[in-house]
Amino acid sequence: MILADDEKAMLDGAGGIARQRAMELLVRYAEALGAERFVDTKNIAGVPGSSTVFLQKYFEEHAGDGSFEAVFSLYDLDAGEVMSIPSAAGGNCCHLQGGMDLAHGADLGMSPEAMQHQRDDEAELARHGVRIMKTCTPYLAGNLPLKGEHCAWMESSAVVYCNSVIGARTNTEGRESTSAAMLTGKIPDWGFHRDEYRRATHLIEVETPVEGVMDWGMLGYFIGYAVEENIPVLTGSIRQADPLRHKHFGAAAASSGGVEMYHIVGVTPESATLEIALGGRKPVAAIKYGSAERRRVYETLNANGRDANVVYVMLGCPHASIDQFREVARLLDGRRIKTHLWMFTSRAVKTVADMSGFTQKIENAGGLVMTDTCSAIARAVPKGTKVVALDSAKQTHYLPAMVGVEAWFGTTEDCIHAALTGRWAGELL
Amino acid sequence: MILLHGRGIVGGCAEGEALVTRQTISGWGGIDPMTGTVIEMRHELRGQSFKDKVLVFPGAKGSSGWSNAFHMTRLTKSAPLAMVFNQMTTKIALGAVVTRVPAVTELDRDPLDVIETGDWVKVDGDRGVVEVIKRCEPAWRANLK
Repeated sequence: MILADDEKAMLDGAGGIARQRAMELLVRYAEALGAERFVDTKNIAGVPGSSTVFLQKYFEEHAGDGSFEAVFSLYDLDAGEVMSIPSAAGGNCCHLQGGMDLAHGADLGMSPEAMQHQRDDEAELARHGVRIMKTCTPYLAGNLPLKGEHCAWMESSAVVYCNSVIGARTNTEGRESTSAAMLTGKIPDWGFHRDEYRRATHLIEVETPVEGVMDWGMLGYFIGYAVEENIPVLTGSIRQADPLRHKHFGAAAASSGGVEMYHIVGVTPESATLEIALGGRKPVAAIKYGSAERRRVYETLNANGRDANVVYVMLGCPHASIDQFREVARLLDGRRIKTHLWMFTSRAVKTVADMSGFTQKIENAGGLVMTDTCSAIARAVPKGTKVVALDSAKQTHYLPAMVGVEAWFGTTEDCIHAALTGRWAGELL
Repeated sequence: MILLHGRGIVGGCAEGEALVTRQTISGWGGIDPMTGTVIEMRHELRGQSFKDKVLVFPGAKGSSGWSNAFHMTRLTKSAPLAMVFNQMTTKIALGAVVTRVPAVTELDRDPLDVIETGDWVKVDGDRGVVEVIKRCEPAWRANLK
């Protein structure tokens, strides 16, 4: 690797031992990738030092220390000793989603021990200069990078949004690399940091109208299976490309596959024309999405749903935007639900939803609004839940396997109808 | 014995029985890090564990929690013995590094064409070499299939 002077200095220990270990980990990672250098980054989104009770106990048992700094040293930095961890190197370092909403820990089935642990972690993070954003949608909560900005982000749905919709540059980083970047301000110059890597490889011809959020999610889910970790460019009848639709589309494509960037001709920032999106090359494959493919995706997402008696409706994957709050509040206004309904969002968006009266309407109907987490991350559903209704292809992909429930997938309206009646009645129109 | 040459991305040497899939693997939400079992719905390895096996697969997909999920398998002693894969991504590079098991990629033949589940595979991450001994079975048993 070609190392800059400041990188060599950190490797030699000039910035202290924690930065030295962080650089060592980044070098191991960069060499595995085959990267030749690092880029500077001041925009980091990760889960630094956060630990489950399992991790805390593991290090208490094996290293005699389960503190924040021990977990950060031994796990995040994969180092052999517990070190004093300096504050974030500067700029914008935020914490993504976490394991629970402390205001609803009991609803989520969290032990008092786990809740106290979360409080302690949060205080440590704040002390280390990390912004407590606690969301999978940092771009809706105050971390909106510039086009071309080099970032080091985790959270596959945020990564694909960052690259595709914003035009900033990040690979799908992991916990260890983002924590190391937090201390060093460095990340391997590989993949999506480089122009040539960002060009589309697969052409997707959309031949059936895609307008609503559910349809954007289904198209994303289809594309993830079709292209896996490649880069699609979409042409055809895709409409209403608002941030909400991009959020659901990208999250789905990053779940069924490993899509980290996509192009939509005439819509996304590096895709003014098909030729530009493809970088002048021919696509390696052209894939059609028509009404038959659309129906197959719908059936796949609903393959696990059998019992129409819905117990739990979960909304907010990825974390709900303020537009989704307005929609759900409108659908629930003045009515009472028969199921459990949990809606997840960031603390920032919840604050706006509270002040706009949306939270009150949802709570008056019998729902709960929670922050920080979701059912898949927290592995928490209301007690006795066997059947859930979801409006997110991503959550439908993960939740049944993770907590052992049946899932129905449909529109937000289908989900609210299920909440009001206790029955799933969604169908593909 | 079949020899494959590639690039080692994590050093060390390990050998054992192969577990092979042609489907990419999700980390977070796709495996149970306490047991090394694949849990993804509709995955061809669903219900099978890679613990103490040489995992041969196309690559990583899904959540950015990939490295964390595989890192956890190291702590729970459920990690694969080694990794052999085709498609380089940040998820798998970081995941292999922190799982600290020998890992080799960029092989001169597609390991998915050469290696089958049950073959005996030796992975040398320092030299970037994968040795494969095909499983054999008596003819009478093969004839029963």
